[in-house]
Amino acid sequence: MNLQNIISEIEKVDPEIYDRLDTRRNVMKDFAKTSGKVALAALPFALGSMFQKAYGSPTGPKDIIIDTLNFALTLEFLEANFYIKAVASQIIPASDTSSFMTIRDHENEHVAFLISAIKGSGGTPVSKTAADFDYTAKGNFPGVFTDYGTMCAVAQTFEDTGVRAYKGQAPNLISNNDVLTAALQIHSVEARHAARLREIRRANGLLVPGGVVVKPWITMNQSGIGSPVVQPTYNGEENVVQAGVTITGIGGQAISANAASEAFDEPLTKDQVIAIVTPFFA
Amino acid sequence: MLNNETTEDQPAIIDGLAKPFSRRKFFGIMGAGTALMVTAAACRKDHVGSSNSGIDLGSGDIGILNYAYALEQLEAAFYTQVIKTPYSGITAMESAYLTDIRDHEIAHREFFKAALSSKAIPGLEVNFAAIDFSNRASVLGTAKAFEDLGVSAYNGAGHLIVNPDYLTLAGKIVSVEARHAAAIRDLITPGSFADNTAVNAMGLDGQRMPKDVLSIAGAFLKSKLNANNLPTS
Repeated sequence: MNLQNIISEIEKVDPEIYDRLDTRRNVMKDFAKTSGKVALAALPFALGSMFQKAYGSPTGPKDIIIDTLNFALTLEFLEANFYIKAVASQIIPASDTSSFMTIRDHENEHVAFLISAIKGSGGTPVSKTAADFDYTAKGNFPGVFTDYGTMCAVAQTFEDTGVRAYKGQAPNLISNNDVLTAALQIHSVEARHAARLREIRRANGLLVPGGVVVKPWITMNQSGIGSPVVQPTYNGEENVVQAGVTITGIGGQAISANAASEAFDEPLTKDQVIAIVTPFFA
Repeated sequence: MLNNETTEDQPAIIDGLAKPFSRRKFFGIMGAGTALMVTAAACRKDHVGSSNSGIDLGSGDIGILNYAYALEQLEAAFYTQVIKTPYSGITAMESAYLTDIRDHEIAHREFFKAALSSKAIPGLEVNFAAIDFSNRASVLGTAKAFEDLGVSAYNGAGHLIVNPDYLTLAGKIVSVEARHAAAIRDLITPGSFADNTAVNAMGLDGQRMPKDVLSIAGAFLKSKLNANNLPTS
């Protein structure tokens, strides 16, 4: 990235760019300070922040982006602390330990990344610790760290909820290319996690009720968990109409309703996500 | 006009220019005659890596949707062949997963075709000569490459979309592609669903711009795509 080139380009359309930046010396100082600390990939965020400050916009898109990133960060804290405890529980079978560790590491990386992105955008990241969460969901999952089936059910719910949450928030990030792209890059990682956990639950015979088949993708609104507490994570996934187009049997192809529902994941609104995760907050 | 015709008549030579010359190739082209060399050199700027020939994907959001439609056509054609001619030793679960994935990709393809309607690009011709459909490693290795590529393509195209409804639609599809990628990877090596060849040290999945995706996907397409009018920011 050549900062001077970018500023030169802007100068062509805004001859006062240097004045704007110069009268906000602190912005430049901030930028120099931040760029030393943040990871390389977060630099575009810091740069965006510098221009955002130079052009001064106290309310509007920037606030929406910071709010959205803090919402994402809250969910990542929920997941990260869960997997730290899960891996430490020592009840995970050897065959699945590395998968849980991979997922735990990603959630921690997402926490770090989002904190850096929020700071780079001039916001204040929320802070959560393990004490902020109740992984039994108010006593609904008492065996969450002692019973592997319960642990995997909660993990699957978190991942499938995360996928739907990021998807629902993407339009709120549309005004900032770098932030949107990073959020999409996290979104698909959550989907990879969800797929793995669903495979693990099937392979270990942990599905409820017995006989139900759970695949890496979501069939209708099936969870294979059999709990009303987590069912809202799956409600709406049975949708088979996209942008007014019915997917079942589309184009004369033998696409079943199950396949039509699996082929598209559905977003959740922020309020829906909050309702789902609230029982998991202490 | 003349240049375009020359290009279409000499695709092998133009393709050759895009790659580093081997000595043998270099002399082969020399042998084809100085006149051709001069023509090819004159075309170089316009046609290497950014050919104006081929099927125009279009511009704006329509261009991005056609780009997605092209990738879904490629995936659907691949899995259709996989199920038609199963590799030797395919297990019941592998067959079930691959059949599901085929149906999902067909659903995606047909959705884009219906949604784009008269603005849709035509059906594409594929080139699967490099894939051994009787061989598990070849099929699953290609599936993994296609799914990871698809995830990175949607991730990298999101910011090019203007209409938030289209962004949500792309989001509905990309997470299913990521589920496919994870499942295929775990069929190859259990636990590799999101390893460090897919996810970087910051916990971020891949993202690629259309030109980079198409330079990879193009190897599996007989039809030439023209992405010159796609948005780039």
